[in-house]
Amino acid sequence: MWKWLHPYAKPERAYQLCNTLLPWFALPAVVCLVVGTMWGLAYAPQDYQQGDSFRIIYIHVPSAMLSMSTYVAMAIAALVGMVWQWRTAYMAMIAMAPVGAVMTFIALLTGAAWGKPMWGAWWVWDARLTSELILLFLYFGVIALYSAFEDKQQAGKAAGVMALVGVVNIPIIHYSVEWWNTLHQGSTITKFDKPSIATEMLWPLLLNIFGFALFIALVTTMRLKNEIIRREMHRPWVQMLVKQKETNDAV
Amino acid sequence: MMQFESWADFWAMGGYAFYVWLSFGVALGAMALITIFSVIEHKRLIKQVVTEQQRKLRIQRAQQQARNDTTEPDRSN
Repeated sequence: MWKWLHPYAKPERAYQLCNTLLPWFALPAVVCLVVGTMWGLAYAPQDYQQGDSFRIIYIHVPSAMLSMSTYVAMAIAALVGMVWQWRTAYMAMIAMAPVGAVMTFIALLTGAAWGKPMWGAWWVWDARLTSELILLFLYFGVIALYSAFEDKQQAGKAAGVMALVGVVNIPIIHYSVEWWNTLHQGSTITKFDKPSIATEMLWPLLLNIFGFALFIALVTTMRLKNEIIRREMHRPWVQMLVKQKETNDAV
Repeated sequence: MMQFESWADFWAMGGYAFYVWLSFGVALGAMALITIFSVIEHKRLIKQVVTEQQRKLRIQRAQQQARNDTTEPDRSN
């Protein structure tokens, strides 16, 4: 089982796969984000309680949700790296970390900008907000630990252990609104029964969630390509690749 | 159907202009920055490989030259 996957552990094959996937992420990401954001900003109806401030939802919810998904994906990459000794898996892990950190940052900042007019405070030390802040520090920790080692194989292992341990935080973030008394509202769309949000508001939100996911995939792929070149710089295939690129550019 | 009467109305965001545009602005800025940094990084890496290739080539040529100078007798006179 999973045999078909093994050739992609080879950095060269992984690099080719990245090149194949890039355009499929790039165009839909831009389309979804532009349409979703414009729809959300101008065409979705106002919230009867929050007025137009609720429009922050169109970036707050996607970035917050996907900051967690990206973390899980990063931890899975770390696990794969450890179990099957894939160097490329560690490269994927470290390619994802900065993207996830940016998403967490956006979630925190838009949360603050939404909290100020609605709750009267930019920040409160409540369970949801604090655990999301810890997520940001976990991302920073993984990046810092990885860059602290000269030997990148060791770095991948160390940062991978940290990424795996940090997974504990993910259910804490998700259930924080149920376990603790909190200012933050409960889930509206990730519930098993019907989502408690009007359909005219939901559509642009789904589009943006999809767009953010594609954006994360896009930047991760770009960064994975960079990481592969950085690590394989002296290998013949990279040398060939660059030579071909040069002749193509010259023509 | 557009929810706002005019452009001014749209930019005002029902009095929440600062918070809404701060959120969307920072999100756009952060996403643009990480994309641009990744592109710049890619270009830098490719350039680094090219520079090293050229250096290797120069060293090879210099060594070849040095070998030629010592092995071949001087036929100029």
